[in-house]
Amino acid sequence: MRKYPLLSALAIATVLAAPATPTLAQTGKLKVGFMLPYSGTYAALGNAIENGFRLYVNERGGKLGGREIEYVKVDDESQPAKGADNINTLIKRDNVDVVVGTVHSGVAMAMAKVAKETGTLLVIPNAGAVAVTGPMCATNIFRTSFSNWQPGYAMGVVAAERGHKKVMTITWKYAAGDESVGGFKEGFEKGGGQVIKELTLPFPNVEFQALLTEIAAAKPDAVYTFFAGGGAVKFVKDYAAAGLNKTIPLYGAGFLTDGTLEAQGDSAQGLLTTLHYGDGLTVPKDKSFRAAYAAAYKMQPDVYAVQGYDAAQLLGIGLSAVKGDFSKKPDLYKAMAAAKIDSPRGAFTLGKNHNPVQDIYLRRVEGKENKVIGVAVKARADPGSGCTM
Amino acid sequence: MDFATFLVQCLNAVQYGLLLFLVASGLTLIFGIMGVINLAHGSFYMIGAYLAFSLAPVFGGAFLPTLAAGLVLAVIFGYLLEWLFISYLYERDHLQQVLMTYGLILVFEELRSILVGNDVHGVPVPGWLSGSIQLGDLMAYPVYRLVISGVCLAVAALLYFVIARTRLGMMVRAGGSNREMVQSLGIDIKFLYRVVFAAGVALAVLAGMIAAPVSSVYPGMGAQVLIVCFVVVVIGGIGSVRGAFLAALLVGIVDTFGKVLFPQVAGITIYLLMAAILLWRPEGLFRQG
Repeated sequence: MRKYPLLSALAIATVLAAPATPTLAQTGKLKVGFMLPYSGTYAALGNAIENGFRLYVNERGGKLGGREIEYVKVDDESQPAKGADNINTLIKRDNVDVVVGTVHSGVAMAMAKVAKETGTLLVIPNAGAVAVTGPMCATNIFRTSFSNWQPGYAMGVVAAERGHKKVMTITWKYAAGDESVGGFKEGFEKGGGQVIKELTLPFPNVEFQALLTEIAAAKPDAVYTFFAGGGAVKFVKDYAAAGLNKTIPLYGAGFLTDGTLEAQGDSAQGLLTTLHYGDGLTVPKDKSFRAAYAAAYKMQPDVYAVQGYDAAQLLGIGLSAVKGDFSKKPDLYKAMAAAKIDSPRGAFTLGKNHNPVQDIYLRRVEGKENKVIGVAVKARADPGSGCTM
Repeated sequence: MDFATFLVQCLNAVQYGLLLFLVASGLTLIFGIMGVINLAHGSFYMIGAYLAFSLAPVFGGAFLPTLAAGLVLAVIFGYLLEWLFISYLYERDHLQQVLMTYGLILVFEELRSILVGNDVHGVPVPGWLSGSIQLGDLMAYPVYRLVISGVCLAVAALLYFVIARTRLGMMVRAGGSNREMVQSLGIDIKFLYRVVFAAGVALAVLAGMIAAPVSSVYPGMGAQVLIVCFVVVVIGGIGSVRGAFLAALLVGIVDTFGKVLFPQVAGITIYLLMAAILLWRPEGLFRQG
């Protein structure tokens, strides 16, 4: 300290000045911190979410609830170990008012913990970890995407309706896979079906051949699967190469065929998946959203862009209710929890655990599209078990 | 598990093991003979897969010309890489080798991201190999997977022949045990090492290229393979191609049956195997040679 008298003086001055900033902030710009993956496997998803968020704000002249929006970005690298540090940087160093993030469930869990402790508003635009709107739920944590349980449950209902009795499931042995299969099991067994075996392999192992042989030997009525990214591509191709797609129907959570159709080629044709978004929706908002997104970014939006767009909508509704006064947190949260969001996926509300109550669509792969062919379950809430608030 | 299923699982195990051998053989060559810990080996596998993806349109999707072109590029690439980076590592300790080759991983991943992007891609199986064989009433087995196994066996035989029976192999083995002595006998050891390194890279690239149609092509695919390959190399005995062959098959069998019989611990079965073998034979199954 003695070596740098000027620096220490400045530091003291900053500390003294700090309490004054919140009062200033009520009229100044509102700081939104994006904590998203900007590198690695999920980089494209992070960018889509940010694009969607900015699109909504830009449509309103760069303002939400009358407040100008300012952005700060942190690359979370999809590293759960760095999650707490990264969100703390945003909250403590950058003094953001709202954190928007992230894609990876493990990172989102770390973020939710810090958000709950510090009381910072957190809007999750993708990560589907059930716990975040379950045991870890809080008044200041919201999600605009889905919980892993939801698409799984919807597919369970569909599989039972299609008359299947005995089904095998296959996924990676990790939280998202377990939660998705758990949802499927609940929906399927409610419809009178039975899950005869749950196959798993360690994440992110992609040697499926041994387990495909197991499936072939057991001859179930159908198979339910949760895979994403490179694993999804390989699984769908291996399943078809083993000839199983001709004898045993394959069902999956929507991530099986989202952003992977190009690579899966013919082997994915006709696959049925469930998700809260898809191609060929007849929602008017979707048409205008797609046109605006394509004009702004010269590419087609995906489900991640929708979730980012809705995160901005949710924040906008809250801020409008308090006329941009961010200090009225209880009113802000109450307005957000009660919001009806005019999403491109179709309007939805939030459940009491702050997870979307939404239609889950049944989609069929046709060419390079996940065509919506119906609603698998209507206005379905996540059970949010363990959430008390 | 009935007998037919058991046989198919054995086929799965051998087929996976052979592919592992193809990647691991290059690693054990570089590691054992040149004494360089090459963490970037997984990246060469990834580069191979991406080459298969991006060269295919150049040759109109013809498989063999793509493979040939990829291999030529791999040899040139390996030769240059040894000259520019690896040749400075022989006299240094293992930490510096690890740092350098880890740095190369980051560079390759970033270059891949800039050049090809972060999407997942598929490479079609060549048309004339796309059929499948019906195994009883159980399931179909893709011909292409069997072809991969055939290629791996051929490479294994070729490697064995070159190392054990030719003058080149003799020089390589001699260089591995005493670099200075070989040099003083008038053999251009620098050139020899460059060739060995290029061959190691080519083996990994070949594995990546022929595996691409069944594994698909995605970011980070090299890292997964690298870890398993180190297990194979350590079990087999560092530097032993014969050991790598046997170890790869063992790992294939343990991994396949581990997944089926003990799904709860499938993630650690091959490491348990490694630990058990190292307790029994701390140097691995075979000593260098």
